[in-house]
Amino acid sequence: MILLRKAPLGFAGVALTAALLAASPVQAMTKIERVVSPGGIEAWLVREPSVPLIAMQFAFKGGTSQDPEGKPGVAYMSASALDEGAGDLDSKAFQQRMERNAVELSFTANRDDFRGSLKVLSARKDVGFDLLKLALTQPRFDSEPVERIRAQMLTALKRETTSPNDIGARLWWRTAFPDHPYGRPTNGTLESVPGIQRDDLTAFTGRVLARDNLKIGVVGDIDAAELGVVLDRIFGSLPAKAGLRNVPDVRLASVGKTLQVELDVPQTVVSFGGVGIPRKDPDYIPAFIVNHILGGGSFSSRLYREVREKRGLAYSVYSYLLPLDSTSLFMGGTQTRTDKSQETVGLIEDEIKRLALSGPSEEELDKAKSYLRGSYALNFDTSTKIAAQLVQLQVDELGIDYWERRNGLIDAVTLEDVRRVAKRLLEGGVLTTVVGRAQPIPAKQGG
Amino acid sequence: MKKKQQTVFASLATALAISCFTAATGAASGPDISHFKLQNGMEVVVIPDRRTPVVTHMVWYRVGAADEAPGKSGIAHFLEHLMFKGTEKNPAGRFSQTLATIGGQENAFTASDYTGYFQRVTRDRLQMVMEFEADRMTGLKLTDEAVLPERNVVLEEQNSRVANSPSAKLGEEIQAALYLNHPYGRPVIGWRHEIEKLDRKDAIDFYNRWYTPNNAVLVVAGDVTADEVKKLAEETYGKIAPRAEIGPRIRPQEPEQRSVRSVTFADPRVTQPSLQRSYLVPSAATGKTGESEALEVLSQILGSGSNSRLYSKLVVEKPLATSIGAWYQGTALDWTRFGVYGTPRNEVTLKELEEAMDAVIQEVADKGVTNEELERCKIKLVADVVYAQDSQATMARWYGGALTTGLTVDSLKTWPDRVEKVSADDVQAAARQWLDKRRSVTGYLVKGPAKPEERRS
Repeated sequence: MILLRKAPLGFAGVALTAALLAASPVQAMTKIERVVSPGGIEAWLVREPSVPLIAMQFAFKGGTSQDPEGKPGVAYMSASALDEGAGDLDSKAFQQRMERNAVELSFTANRDDFRGSLKVLSARKDVGFDLLKLALTQPRFDSEPVERIRAQMLTALKRETTSPNDIGARLWWRTAFPDHPYGRPTNGTLESVPGIQRDDLTAFTGRVLARDNLKIGVVGDIDAAELGVVLDRIFGSLPAKAGLRNVPDVRLASVGKTLQVELDVPQTVVSFGGVGIPRKDPDYIPAFIVNHILGGGSFSSRLYREVREKRGLAYSVYSYLLPLDSTSLFMGGTQTRTDKSQETVGLIEDEIKRLALSGPSEEELDKAKSYLRGSYALNFDTSTKIAAQLVQLQVDELGIDYWERRNGLIDAVTLEDVRRVAKRLLEGGVLTTVVGRAQPIPAKQGG
Repeated sequence: MKKKQQTVFASLATALAISCFTAATGAASGPDISHFKLQNGMEVVVIPDRRTPVVTHMVWYRVGAADEAPGKSGIAHFLEHLMFKGTEKNPAGRFSQTLATIGGQENAFTASDYTGYFQRVTRDRLQMVMEFEADRMTGLKLTDEAVLPERNVVLEEQNSRVANSPSAKLGEEIQAALYLNHPYGRPVIGWRHEIEKLDRKDAIDFYNRWYTPNNAVLVVAGDVTADEVKKLAEETYGKIAPRAEIGPRIRPQEPEQRSVRSVTFADPRVTQPSLQRSYLVPSAATGKTGESEALEVLSQILGSGSNSRLYSKLVVEKPLATSIGAWYQGTALDWTRFGVYGTPRNEVTLKELEEAMDAVIQEVADKGVTNEELERCKIKLVADVVYAQDSQATMARWYGGALTTGLTVDSLKTWPDRVEKVSADDVQAAARQWLDKRRSVTGYLVKGPAKPEERRS
């Protein structure tokens, strides 16, 4: 077993890279070429021939929020089943061909999009491209893999019913978005998963896997001319237009509430979230800085200092921004000892209020800006990381020159900006879920 | 939920097959890795990757949880946390604050055989992090004010990782039961009742005993040359005098194991029973020629991915399980573990699944593996090496992990050829010899009332 000093932030890390693309100390690997195939399919490419591999990432707009009414879990199951047989290859033949050629292919369904990742050796790239094409365009959804995946999903869902993290997260989302697709669990429910039919998977992929909602990023040992041909080969036979249902804009409900679930576990799990700021809002970058100061990814955030460093109340405490297509969130969490859980929740609330009220100091702002400028190059050290960012740039519509502009955007943020945005971001309060044993005696606040 | 089973632990095969790609394909050569020693005995490994102006800087100490004194379990990991509490020259927080200001990432990790610290920074900051890291190699200053809250942090970490997770708890119990004599039986994070009593003096004693340049390995990967690193290392780490004699790392070894053992852990939160089994097997460091390589190949063929024997037979063909797999932790200084695990489908009992798993294992021992399986496995290992070259952090972890678990750079260089030589017969022999239940512990996770918590003083 290997123990890390600080838990990786999971989703927080994803949000960070998604939101914070590029600076300029990235010359060598980051010259982006816009490639448009003869058939009109666009991809952004960073050519890097020194390692003999190609990393391709892509996103189709339309994720779990496109699950049919009453059937959460369809997108998730589709993603799991897509590489389990396609064309004339059944599941076994497909998987064996992947392994024999060291093709790494996977799909995931997020709330807003359906993503894929392909990694291939240059020497075996054609096999990889062909398998991807087959998976996207002729998935079989045979009953053997579908039933297998269903059993796996149900086992996981059952396990979630006694896991404090999952209980908390499910309750949070259900309470936050009661009548909206975002309120439904992305991996389905014990009630919905048994009823998902092959037709549901076919209908979902038929509606969502199309060319007009597709963004592609490629990094590695391939040039623009070859990629153009490859794009048509892989994606050219997808339908021109996706059939996405409208997902209405929605605002977080029940802000200010704290919901308690009693569960007999040694440690209490706390999740919180408030209204965030949209990715395209001019206040997004200042908000990103505010979050960095409150609970972002270094050993120096206010929450880390107050909850962990000074008082030893938790191993992990964090916050992050989560801009979605139809709402924007500011999220966070911690796990703490039961007898101190009220104190911990109180501390976090106090820190949020304090930052909303007085904003960051000049010194905190300068440090945060300096961190965000400097850490930026660290997002460019593997092909897969860069490919994922190429996709995110396009999904967020930030422009192909964003990597050059981005540090300037950070630099331009003033103390006045962060103070104003701290208020905007943090003043509204949060919805909190607390899962653990009931506290026998109310703990004292503060400390 | 992930439907493909991954090896739980960094696999030695993938970890060390650095030049395997060359051997097998005659294509790209991979990075030009340098290895040398400073005058004070500190080893240095440099792994150039010039694509992005970023470096990964790691210092590994050849000490881990298995080097703790009895009664002090968890001290290696606790000290790792306390290494962030400042030195005389750089008071508490300055190192982390500086990294937070320049945009560096940092973390640290502890395992049974090693403890490591790393930073990821732009190349122009390398000298600075080397100065900080060299300073805390011998300059740590601890106060109770810093130590006591951090002990609570570690106790919460234990809650998060183990106490809140029934399957992690079972894993601890299996490991403790497997090792009859060797300290690998202790959890890396420690036993809770012992963590609660660790103090400043324990930490400083452990630190003074083990943190010295002659017990450390520096690994720098990224946009640097060996000459640059050598110069910087001599100016920083090179100035530290060794402060402790480090003898051979001799831990109590296992007696011959003769009995089939099992442990059962019941928890009301278990929704689906499952089983895990660990066998005591040779590691890369302790095995005879070819043994560890054969075990690595065996773990791949038996239980890694959806084409593996266990998955294809017991999840796909005759669906008794929802998840299943095998793993082998090759990187270990002493005798290590080979594991199998599975979760039965709803209507299947643990006993039925276990018997079916035993039959699959027995079939490999009786009839061996096919050449097709062998070839597929080797292709995968080769590809993993190329994919690893895409990540400087992965390369740094591989080298640091190898050099702190009894392996040498030379053994790394010849390892790929040795893996290439693994034959179907070798794999069968490994299954026959090592997957013997008399050298194993099987753990069952079942639903049941919890044992009331003991209140200890």
